[in-house]
Amino acid sequence: MLTALYADIHANQEALAACLARADALGAGRHVFLGDHVGYGPDPAEVLDTIAARVERGGIAVAGNHDRAAIEVPGGRMTDSARLAIEWTQRQLEKRHRDFLDGMPLTVQEAGRLYVHANAWAPEKWEYITSAYDAARSMRATPCRWTFCGHVHTPGLYHMTEDGRTTAFAPAPGVRIPLSRRRRWLAIPGSVGQPRDGNPAACVALLEENTLHLTFLRVPYDTEAAARRIRASGLPAELGARLVSGT
Amino acid sequence: MAGPPLKAGSMVDGYRLDERIHRGSMATIWRVTRPGADGGPLAMKIPLLDEYETPAPIIGFEVESMILPTLSGPHVPRFVAAADFSSQPYLVMEFLDCPSLRARLERLPIEPAEVAAIGARVATALHDVHRQGVIHHDVKPSNVMFRPSGEAVLIDFGLARHDRLPDLHAEELRVPVGTGPYISPEQIRRTRNDPRSDLFGLGVVLYHLSTGKRPFGNPTTLHGLRRRFYRDPVPPRSLDPAYPPWLQEIVLRCLEVDPAGRYETAAQLAFELQHPDGVRRTARAERTSRDSLWTVGRRYLRSLGVEPDLRQSAARQLSRAPIVVVAIDLAQDSEALNDALRHAARRILEAATGARLACVTVLKTSIFGMDDPVDEEGRNRHVQGLIGLEHWARPLRLPQGRVTYHVLEAPDPGSAILDFANASNSDQILIGSRGSSTLRRYLGSVSSQVVASSECTVTVVKARTEIAADRTTAKKDASGS
Repeated sequence: MLTALYADIHANQEALAACLARADALGAGRHVFLGDHVGYGPDPAEVLDTIAARVERGGIAVAGNHDRAAIEVPGGRMTDSARLAIEWTQRQLEKRHRDFLDGMPLTVQEAGRLYVHANAWAPEKWEYITSAYDAARSMRATPCRWTFCGHVHTPGLYHMTEDGRTTAFAPAPGVRIPLSRRRRWLAIPGSVGQPRDGNPAACVALLEENTLHLTFLRVPYDTEAAARRIRASGLPAELGARLVSGT
Repeated sequence: MAGPPLKAGSMVDGYRLDERIHRGSMATIWRVTRPGADGGPLAMKIPLLDEYETPAPIIGFEVESMILPTLSGPHVPRFVAAADFSSQPYLVMEFLDCPSLRARLERLPIEPAEVAAIGARVATALHDVHRQGVIHHDVKPSNVMFRPSGEAVLIDFGLARHDRLPDLHAEELRVPVGTGPYISPEQIRRTRNDPRSDLFGLGVVLYHLSTGKRPFGNPTTLHGLRRRFYRDPVPPRSLDPAYPPWLQEIVLRCLEVDPAGRYETAAQLAFELQHPDGVRRTARAERTSRDSLWTVGRRYLRSLGVEPDLRQSAARQLSRAPIVVVAIDLAQDSEALNDALRHAARRILEAATGARLACVTVLKTSIFGMDDPVDEEGRNRHVQGLIGLEHWARPLRLPQGRVTYHVLEAPDPGSAILDFANASNSDQILIGSRGSSTLRRYLGSVSSQVVASSECTVTVVKARTEIAADRTTAKKDASGS
């Protein structure tokens, strides 16, 4: 079984469609969405409808901080553009979208795998994993051997020995990486809809469940078109510019 | 997890264990067959799980299971199957019924020419593995085998590192990962991303084969290992005054403490071992005593502040130092085409600072091999070829050691160029192509033959002015007829 992993889509239907098409072409039978499906981008309703259709056919979706914010009273810690985007997003959602988000869990576990948006030690507090130290903290907080998460918009892979030594690895796209059962792994596919590592191509990862191989991929899409639609919808223009530069 | 002990006749996942052929500290290797399946015997490696206190055998097994399936070609055992620790772990691969280099250690020293031939084959194998993004990190006689066809095969990738896969040995922070006599200084410092570490290991092997002694002994403590940071090996020529200076140059260069002091790539080392006449000799070649204590002391102090380059990798190092074969047709005296070829060569040399040019020309011989070595004016054709090649390369102002000249004699220039490029592990061939002359239409073009059959990148260089001139002539011919 080939499972495709998507994180931080951020209401970017252009990027999501490109990633889904690539994953479908490679034979992905199942789709897991790791949160922050909305916020920042111009297509929250369309993205949520797309995800809901895949979840209906056996997929999984967990909620991120932007997904929660989209159905809550505005507040909390957010940057100005994020807050403006959330207020705009709230106006786009219909009841079915709000119900879908409201029923979305923060974590899902299956067969030794944990799907969560930010981290395993306090999924509802949205702290970031930016170092091997953070990754080790998260891996220790779950009985699952494999953790898949998002929140940081840069692809990454961490591995930890039984006695806790943890190493960070920067995955190159297109390489099949075996995730040995003898250690713990934390994989961050990178952001579909707003990559921040200087490469504007959308991120998606594919997991071969039987052999436990993980492949990170980058999928180029029309970022200019996505940026134009952000401007046209009245969202802050900087949100479009960062899609083009990938930062 | 510990099932019944494995013995001859036991079955593991459909493989029958026929004979235990090796028992090491990390694993046992069995000759196995798969009853009912086609094909001959295979080799099965089974990690030793009893020694749980030291995780080294297990990590080594994981690493090899990860890396071996990514490798291909004649210089590695072909991967067949693997099973992980969820049941009986094993790795099945091609069974190599051939001797390892270790068998040669019984009668040392070996003649310089043979040491060079062995070294060139091992370096070629290393380069092939480096080209696939993998650094072996455990080059030693017992890990090198030779196929009946002559190719060296590297075995045991338990300490290897793949450029694009997680390095599981990087988690091991306590002890250096390698084998005492052969481990490179940077491996002792836990730097695992430089393919030139394997050239150090091969240098130790070549020193041992050619002198009968190990350059750094067989240290077992960390302090003993670190001595090689500052204490240089005894120059082979002080052990045997008849030891050839070119071989000493090569061997001691491999054993330089700083990887930047060694050969840029295994391919460049193989090239030197294949062409001893072209080895650029430095003071190293003639040295007959070790460095003074003053020099050793300075080196010791310098060794304390070495920082690793985190961006280094096998792919990066190889891209810095390609071998470029330039095929030059001296019979066609075309200044414009020669200029264009030099221009193309210069651009490569500017982009890849460790690049090396091998300038080649082919003297066409008749297939009966009865050619006169001397031309009508009594000059030696071979020497004339070398003079022509040096003349071509002079404007590039390359230092000695970055360019070599080769006059090949063959009835078929295209095949001669291709054979030379393959034997030199070359990364690129630069070859000129002339306009569409009548002669070319009848005989076919050497450049298109090279393009069609080459294993490496081929750049076909044209001189625009000349082609434009040819077109004008062709038009005139057409209108005249």
